[in-house]
Amino acid sequence: MTIDMTQFLQTFYEESFEGLDIMESELLNLDVGAADAETINTIFRAAHSIKGGSGTFGLSAVAEYTHVMETLLDEMRDGRRQVTQEGVDVLLRSVDVLRSMLTALRDGDELDGQGISDSQKELDTLLASGAGATIQETISETANQSDNDSVTEWQITFRPHKNMLKTGNDTVRMLRELCSLGDAKIQANLESLPLLTELDPEESHLGWIIDLSGEVTESQIKEIFEWVDDECDLKIVPLKPDSVEEVSIQDAPQPEVIDSQDRRTATDRRTGDRRKATTESASIRVSIDKVDELINTVGELVITQSMLGQFGEAEDFTPEHIEKLRDGLGQLERYTRELQESVMRIRMLPISFVFQRFPRLVHDLSGKLEKKIELRMSGEGTELDKTVMEKIGDPLVHLVRNSIDHGIEMPAMRAASGKSETGVVHLNAYHQGGNIVIEITDDGAGLNREKILNKAIKNGLVSANEQLTNEQIDDLVFSPGLSTADQVSDISGRGVGMDVVRKNIRSLGGTVEVKSSPGKGSTFSIRLPLTLAILDGQLVTVGKETYIVPLVSIVESIQVKQENVNRISGRGEVYKLRDDYIPIVRLYHLFGIKPRSEVLNNGLLVVVEAEGHKIALYVDDLQGQQQVVIKSLETNFKKVEGLSGATILGDGTVALILDISGLVTLTKTAGVPDLTVIDGGIVAA
Amino acid sequence: MTDIAQTVGNTDIMTAGDVSQQQYLTFMLAGEEYGVDILRVQEIKGWDTVTQIPNTPKYIRGVINLRGTIVPIIDMRCRFNLEELTYGPTTVVIVLKVNSKDKSRIMGIVVDGVSDVYNMPDEEIKPSPDFGSAVDTNFVKGLATVHEKMVIVLDIDHMCNSDELSDIEAATN
Amino acid sequence: MAVKILAVDDSASMRQMVSFTLKGAGYDVEEAADGQQALTKAKSGKFNLVISDVNMPVMDGIALIKELRALADYKFTPILMLTTESTSDKKQEGKSAGATGWIVKPFNPDQLLATVKKVVG
Repeated sequence: MTIDMTQFLQTFYEESFEGLDIMESELLNLDVGAADAETINTIFRAAHSIKGGSGTFGLSAVAEYTHVMETLLDEMRDGRRQVTQEGVDVLLRSVDVLRSMLTALRDGDELDGQGISDSQKELDTLLASGAGATIQETISETANQSDNDSVTEWQITFRPHKNMLKTGNDTVRMLRELCSLGDAKIQANLESLPLLTELDPEESHLGWIIDLSGEVTESQIKEIFEWVDDECDLKIVPLKPDSVEEVSIQDAPQPEVIDSQDRRTATDRRTGDRRKATTESASIRVSIDKVDELINTVGELVITQSMLGQFGEAEDFTPEHIEKLRDGLGQLERYTRELQESVMRIRMLPISFVFQRFPRLVHDLSGKLEKKIELRMSGEGTELDKTVMEKIGDPLVHLVRNSIDHGIEMPAMRAASGKSETGVVHLNAYHQGGNIVIEITDDGAGLNREKILNKAIKNGLVSANEQLTNEQIDDLVFSPGLSTADQVSDISGRGVGMDVVRKNIRSLGGTVEVKSSPGKGSTFSIRLPLTLAILDGQLVTVGKETYIVPLVSIVESIQVKQENVNRISGRGEVYKLRDDYIPIVRLYHLFGIKPRSEVLNNGLLVVVEAEGHKIALYVDDLQGQQQVVIKSLETNFKKVEGLSGATILGDGTVALILDISGLVTLTKTAGVPDLTVIDGGIVAA
Repeated sequence: MTDIAQTVGNTDIMTAGDVSQQQYLTFMLAGEEYGVDILRVQEIKGWDTVTQIPNTPKYIRGVINLRGTIVPIIDMRCRFNLEELTYGPTTVVIVLKVNSKDKSRIMGIVVDGVSDVYNMPDEEIKPSPDFGSAVDTNFVKGLATVHEKMVIVLDIDHMCNSDELSDIEAATN
Repeated sequence: MAVKILAVDDSASMRQMVSFTLKGAGYDVEEAADGQQALTKAKSGKFNLVISDVNMPVMDGIALIKELRALADYKFTPILMLTTESTSDKKQEGKSAGATGWIVKPFNPDQLLATVKKVVG
């Protein structure tokens, strides 16, 4: 029966990538001076599994490549090889190579032959230099014996040792196998059989003589007794012809020259089915409890549905029915909400999946830049949506690189300013409101405000005599073209980074802002919604249109007090709220709608905040609050600045969802309404 | 919802055994008859309330909810700079599947009424002379004559893919 | 009565392959991801054959074999180790612990089936 191995490949790839992650993090954890045995063992097991699996599932290039890694690790765990920093680095690099090999194979891409053989050489060199290492390993264990092909009859004397049965070996099995090779005449030898009273039934007391005739080779016979080699007395004597003796010629096959380029077989290259290489995986691991929860909730829904269905059958509606209907609908709402929460929880994974790539990154980067950096991480257990997590990885990497490259100073400079030579980069994640907050803090030099301002003026983003607060200057770092790096390093600083980071985070429905203290350090805060699909919203009406304001962005809603409205010529209106002056945004003007009233007093101001900016939205009315499902505008239309999507209300009509950070940007670029005309007399001069 | 199947029965066969024929759904707009590739027509529905989208060209009326999907509605009279009408129960919206770059979108166009379905071989669609203004000739695939009437055959993809309607390439992923 | 086999390996893909292969041939198969899990399962069900990897977390294959042999029900049950050619010394260790024999990785399904058939019928 031929079994198609490819069905197991998906699992193999998944567990191999996990294994590689474990190898990497444990290698980084390895204390070179006092290597922990269990840690080495864990790394060994991971390599061993990948090697075993790849061999079994036909990925011979991977099996060969992993072989030397496994040998090195085996020696280390046995104490036959010292754990050195060089060794760790070589292994770390080979983990990278292995990762790219597996990715290429999984996606049907070309393998990097040169990279692989270079790495292979590195591993071989290390192996050869170690204590007690042998490159020449026999791949196959079975000794090739010169087969005595002309022998057609054998006499086999087989006597198990007393305890052979206790290893689960059964003489009958071996005799049966002999019979399958040819004609066998079996005779039992009862000489050593003790008296019944002294007989231990768990021990073997018998021997056998078997006359086997047929086209049988000695190696075939030996194979049958392979397992019990040391637990029995075995003699195999050829009866005729008798020319050749029992000499086994150990013919170990040539140690395989591991040149993966030649060795690549057709099975390793997936032709035709080239899947687009994405770092996003198509499956998710779910704990069985979550699934059970789902099943329970669905069960309750079904019950509720059939209960409600009964009312559809009713002949007439009594007040009693209405009461029951209300109850049923209440139940429906409850279970639907539970179902929704359960399903969303399934897509949630701890952020550690993203955080785990940072130790390696910091390790490599600090080495490259010759800076001393300590990475601290907290809140790794904080959960977020799988898709959001996959997309936040790159922006996070950029921010961390930025902190290390531009934030943390060189050790000498740090010492000179009284800081410890080792800089600290702290990754933190926690839940707040309906969001997850990810903070990247460094104790470096902070943002260089002068440089940023100058660059911004030079790029025309800001006019030379504009007054900006420190926070506003800091925020400029997210503008396009604003790299203040003196040289463009390949790490960061090409000037295309931070604005793309903000754009990508915004596209996930999130925001990013920075707080910086010169000389002390900076903190970048990313705020992301816990899920991409659902939003808690406040319905507001402007004219005849209904809009949704994300609840998390609402600071407060206020009735307008005319005396607090101030006008700034050329800039619009601001509202004095306690100590803040908040720009007023007349939504109807921005959106070109006819409002119910243009007089501020008659409506409400909804104060919202995004990325550190507060604005006050002028609306006609507040409606209710509800959870809405976010529907994309871009699917069939396009992205509209100021809107993050649309939703369908209970009555089937479409309501647009406001994107607060987008609105903030819009208000900067949009013109101010012609105020003198509309406010008809009531003007705060 | 008009049943297209009913109108298909009225097909016009120009030449027997002509391979390069396509079926077109025609509609009326200010007295003129226009045609669109019937394979692009997803459905035909009546006029429903539309939610306006801010800061979009006037001919984009807004969006509607089509069984859970957000679909933009284009006002054809406005698009072609024709006199506007108030829309009511007899107004028809043709929901089209438009191809742009590597994906397809659903959009609706508001027309006066649906006309018929015709078979038209490609050769019968003659290139249109340059009218100058009203209808941007990019949208017009050509002119055809059916039953002595002139049908303006539209190129849906061009019409619905101009800058205002889809993302400018730099902005898309 | 169907023959019950316990397959032990910390690699999910290996477990799947072994399980699939053996089930396809009509055997009843249960899986365990490490020696401890396997021991627990063995105690609560009577298996006719145990196939186990050597390198596993929590309790490795050698320890598992020793534990199984100490149980009355498993004194004579065939236990096969999955070994690789580079860990041949493990075979001896396994035998000393009481293993019946071994299957060398990588193996193809047919080899697995042939060996299982020999041992268990």
